[in-house]
Amino acid sequence: MNAAVVHPIEPSLTSTPVRDGRRADRLFHGITAAAAWLVLLLLGATALAMAWGGRLAFKTFGLAFITASDWDVPAAKFGALVPIYGTLVTSAIALIIAVPVSIGIALFLTDIAPRWSRAPIALAIELLAAIPSIIYGMWGLFIFAPFMANHVEPWLSDHFGNKAIIGPLFTGPPIGIGMLTAGIVLGVMVIPFIAAVAREVFSAVPPALKESAVALGSTRWEILSRVTLPYTRSAIIGAIFLGLGRALGETMAVTFVLGNAHELSASLLMPSNSIAAAIANEFTEADTELYRSSLIALGFLLFVVTFIVLTIAKLLLMRINRQLGRTS
Amino acid sequence: MAVPARRRAADVVAFAFASLATAFGLFWLAWILWTTLAQGAAALTPSLFTQMTPPPGASGGLLNAFYGSAVMILLAVLIGTPIGIAAGTYLAEHGRYSRLAVIVSFINDILLSAPSIVIGLFIYEVMVRSMGHFSGLAGGIALAMILLPIVVRTTEESLRLVPDQMREAGFALGMPRWRVTSRIIYRAAQSAIVTGVLLAVARIAGETAPLLFTALNNQFWSASLNEPLANVPVVIFQYAMSPYDEWHTLAWAGAFVLTAFVLVLNVGVRILARRGGNK
Repeated sequence: MNAAVVHPIEPSLTSTPVRDGRRADRLFHGITAAAAWLVLLLLGATALAMAWGGRLAFKTFGLAFITASDWDVPAAKFGALVPIYGTLVTSAIALIIAVPVSIGIALFLTDIAPRWSRAPIALAIELLAAIPSIIYGMWGLFIFAPFMANHVEPWLSDHFGNKAIIGPLFTGPPIGIGMLTAGIVLGVMVIPFIAAVAREVFSAVPPALKESAVALGSTRWEILSRVTLPYTRSAIIGAIFLGLGRALGETMAVTFVLGNAHELSASLLMPSNSIAAAIANEFTEADTELYRSSLIALGFLLFVVTFIVLTIAKLLLMRINRQLGRTS
Repeated sequence: MAVPARRRAADVVAFAFASLATAFGLFWLAWILWTTLAQGAAALTPSLFTQMTPPPGASGGLLNAFYGSAVMILLAVLIGTPIGIAAGTYLAEHGRYSRLAVIVSFINDILLSAPSIVIGLFIYEVMVRSMGHFSGLAGGIALAMILLPIVVRTTEESLRLVPDQMREAGFALGMPRWRVTSRIIYRAAQSAIVTGVLLAVARIAGETAPLLFTALNNQFWSASLNEPLANVPVVIFQYAMSPYDEWHTLAWAGAFVLTAFVLVLNVGVRILARRGGNK
């Protein structure tokens, strides 16, 4: 060993290994680059396959595919307004619940909780993301929907059903299955995603900034609202978009508790449909080309929308990383 | 100099809210786990692991579903892990700073959060349709597509944590780059990469949406990857949505096993990783 290092190595001995090494290097580089290309190709192929599969529906219905609300299988008329509406409403409910809760959790974990308890609590919140969505769905159907039907929804329609403006949102029979229940379940499901990012960026705020605020006599709330949140604003918005992307595409949990109804209704207590749930429920039953194509076209819409939302999320999160890279 | 009462009150309210928010999150976790584990434990029987999924009204087990899930997860790991590690290696090592690496890293994060039902539709379009039938193979590949971005991301992150001095030490010994990567860098990042793969397994074990139109389901025993294959998540879905009590019981039992598997994997892997990290 020693000898080989100390003495100049004869070219005749090394030329073959070095050349082999170069060739192996090129091969290794090629393999890893091909794997990286594959990731790109998969995303592109997914978009293309969806567009191709849905072309019949887009060609047949045109823009009406998005604006019409009649989903009539026997008549072969497919308008996706109801699932689109249901997807947007349930995702909005989910964010209304998840955003403040996630920020609260992140604040609790960075500033309030005793140090020893932070890791276990953070792990528990992460576990919310580990529970499979089918479990959320089943639990939602058998436990949470009856709870909503017996306790929450009667109270909601008694107290808000007859009010002006918001009244129509809370009318209808309390059956437990519907947009409100689905939105709440979705909200719980996206909490860990938003909370994880929020916690990370909260703890990355330079201590000097917080300490300056303390020195000026700020309360902890003022530090959060005047220093931490403004400083991490783009990342928090990015995290919200990340949660939105998750909520839009979530399938199984929503399929269980949304009711698969193709009627448009203003009430949050009424069953509805979502893009993902419609595909999950109906795809294996789709017996005509047009029906199947319409469901794939729905998948294409979902894919495009989540792609845009997740791209915005990623860009916002990259911005905070650059910012932290500069200042810390 | 006392803080004015109004500012102090705002402070107290905000911090009470943060504590409540955390309690709110933990409350749902406890509620879901408690009902799933309690209902599921009551439904556990020995025949769960020895009998096939029954027709409505009969008793039975989930043996074929456990088998099918295990086969498809294994298939997904066999396909997805090598590709994922290779792509992660490109991002962190061989293509570091290249434009391709930046783009792939970006796209990979989007794949990571992409709706899994769309991946099921994609595999249906490219595989099931051309083969003419549903199959366990298609299900395994759909799961591999979910696993892939997770492995890419964790590989990239764990390789980046390896200090550059180790690379330089390898080059100083005259090792070619591929040997530095495979003999030094991989070894240093080994446990972190394994952790990532295990967490990815926990994730795909419960994936239902991508299997609905690829593996479908199979009431009977089938060892062939070329036929529809039973699997735990889709069985839970079908049985829970059915009107039969026996099926509901089996769905709870399946939910118990699935949840326990995912929890043990998640918690165990993290504890081991933390202990390894402190060493």
